[in-house]
Amino acid sequence: MSLWEYANPKLFMQTSGKYLPWFAGLSVITLVSGMIWGYFLTPEAENFGSSVKIIYIHVPAALMAINAWMMMLVTSLVWLIRRHHVSALAAKAAAPIGMTMTLIALFTGAIWGQPMWGTYWAWDPRLTSFLILFLFYLGYIALWEAIDDPDTAADLTSVLCLVGSVFALLSRYAVNFWSQGLHQAASLSVDKEEHVSDVYYWPLLLCIAGFVLLFIALVLMRTRTEIRSRRMKALIARERVA
Amino acid sequence: MMPDLGKYQNEVLASYGVTLLLLLGLLVLSWYKGRCVAKALREVEERRTKNG
Repeated sequence: MSLWEYANPKLFMQTSGKYLPWFAGLSVITLVSGMIWGYFLTPEAENFGSSVKIIYIHVPAALMAINAWMMMLVTSLVWLIRRHHVSALAAKAAAPIGMTMTLIALFTGAIWGQPMWGTYWAWDPRLTSFLILFLFYLGYIALWEAIDDPDTAADLTSVLCLVGSVFALLSRYAVNFWSQGLHQAASLSVDKEEHVSDVYYWPLLLCIAGFVLLFIALVLMRTRTEIRSRRMKALIARERVA
Repeated sequence: MMPDLGKYQNEVLASYGVTLLLLLGLLVLSWYKGRCVAKALREVEERRTKNG
């Protein structure tokens, strides 16, 4: 079966309805296990003390903040190129989730920063690009709400998403582009020499898996709502004409 | 069972508390909106079926 067949709202509703409970259940299991493992069963870090436990929410939230925008970029491109409504609605559905993840990353980062760096906030490249990403999320959501015609809204928000992608990428690679700034290098790396010690690594991976599954479950749930809402508006419009 | 968080107790608890609050808020709002829209759509479809 081709991926494009899911552009059919009816097929999307059938398939997503079947898989949504699985994603929701798995996300709860992995998140709870990861958090319990990380919070209760890992030792304090030599240099960070017990504040290292914030890593289990800060890192997955920051990863999802960027990846949610990347998912929106892909679905926005599908909308712009192939005009599939489900993809535009999936991008719209993902935005509040990405914004929440960005907020969590900013908040937990600030709370961790106070004892470690001596300040809640600094105009550091990564922190600043994350703040801009948060503002892009706000603007994206506001633009969807401000335009009545859904196709025009999808067009304009897709263009905004393309522009915002620069900042989403910048948030990921800011530490590499500019070496100055308070934020340390990435906690996870493909190169095993660079990432955190194994005792923190595995629970962190589990928490990341939990955040990814939660994101998928929420996107499916919210996209289903957007599809229903669009159908309802179409039916009401037809009633008015008749 | 509860780990001793030492001098970073407030930071750790605040981080977990706010995260749980935000995630639960997002979950509840998404679920509630989904339920309201599904109910409204059902009503419109039933009305259309009745009116032919």
